[in-house]
Amino acid sequence: MIDGFLALLTAFLVLSGAGFALAAAIGLNRLPDLYTRMHAASKAGTVGSGLLLLAVGVHAGDLPTFARALAGFFFFVLTAPISAHLLAMAAHRVGYPLHAESVRDEMKDYDKRI
Amino acid sequence: MITYILSLVFAVVWVAVTGSATLHNLIFGFALSTLALWIVRGEMNARGYWRRFGRILSLLALFFKELALSAWKVAVLVVSPRMDLKPGIFAFPLTVTRDFEITLLANLITLTPGTLSVDVSADRRTLFVHAIDCSDVEATKRDIAEGFERKIIEAFR
Repeated sequence: MIDGFLALLTAFLVLSGAGFALAAAIGLNRLPDLYTRMHAASKAGTVGSGLLLLAVGVHAGDLPTFARALAGFFFFVLTAPISAHLLAMAAHRVGYPLHAESVRDEMKDYDKRI
Repeated sequence: MITYILSLVFAVVWVAVTGSATLHNLIFGFALSTLALWIVRGEMNARGYWRRFGRILSLLALFFKELALSAWKVAVLVVSPRMDLKPGIFAFPLTVTRDFEITLLANLITLTPGTLSVDVSADRRTLFVHAIDCSDVEATKRDIAEGFERKIIEAFR
């Protein structure tokens, strides 16, 4: 009974994790500029890998593995936004333009001052 | 904040002393050190520990809800045939002042629907946020100020 439930849960986590990872990949391809791409990479990517890590932890069924999987997810949540933020900041500093459809850029004047 | 770090340090010491590095034992050690610190709360001047603990949990719950929602929204957006984008960067006036609070807020903003922190100004009063849908900037700013920023202030002050 509990084995069947765990197998179902693992399958669900693996499938949804893979789905989010796929969405992140599609987003990287389809979105028009670096800034919008970072949205896909940082959010869908984090959730996708988080769900996959959780699946590993649930499937293993022992506490140390589960704890390590949780720690992995924790560090992912901690680092993914920072890398997205650094990439976006660096791109803006060197003058990488926002996509033509962008409606505003309140940071433009700030960059010129430094 | 300092109390939590102390509790965690004590919990790690507890794990080392008892020689069993399991999650159960770490949680037990954390509970034990929390109890020990609670006994000396008068000397430590750390009342409100429990109220604050509840607020941090509520911040965490809000964060996971927003993270799931934002991943879902991005996924829906990128697989829809015609992506409707109005991207742009807006300036968000910060109320929080300490470095650690700004970092936390910036990270939370990045992982929530449609927004991504790009940079913080040198005087630490403005956070530049890239939004995937910039059609209603005022509403987005209000959401951040009344959601995460207020919760951070409640949890850590």
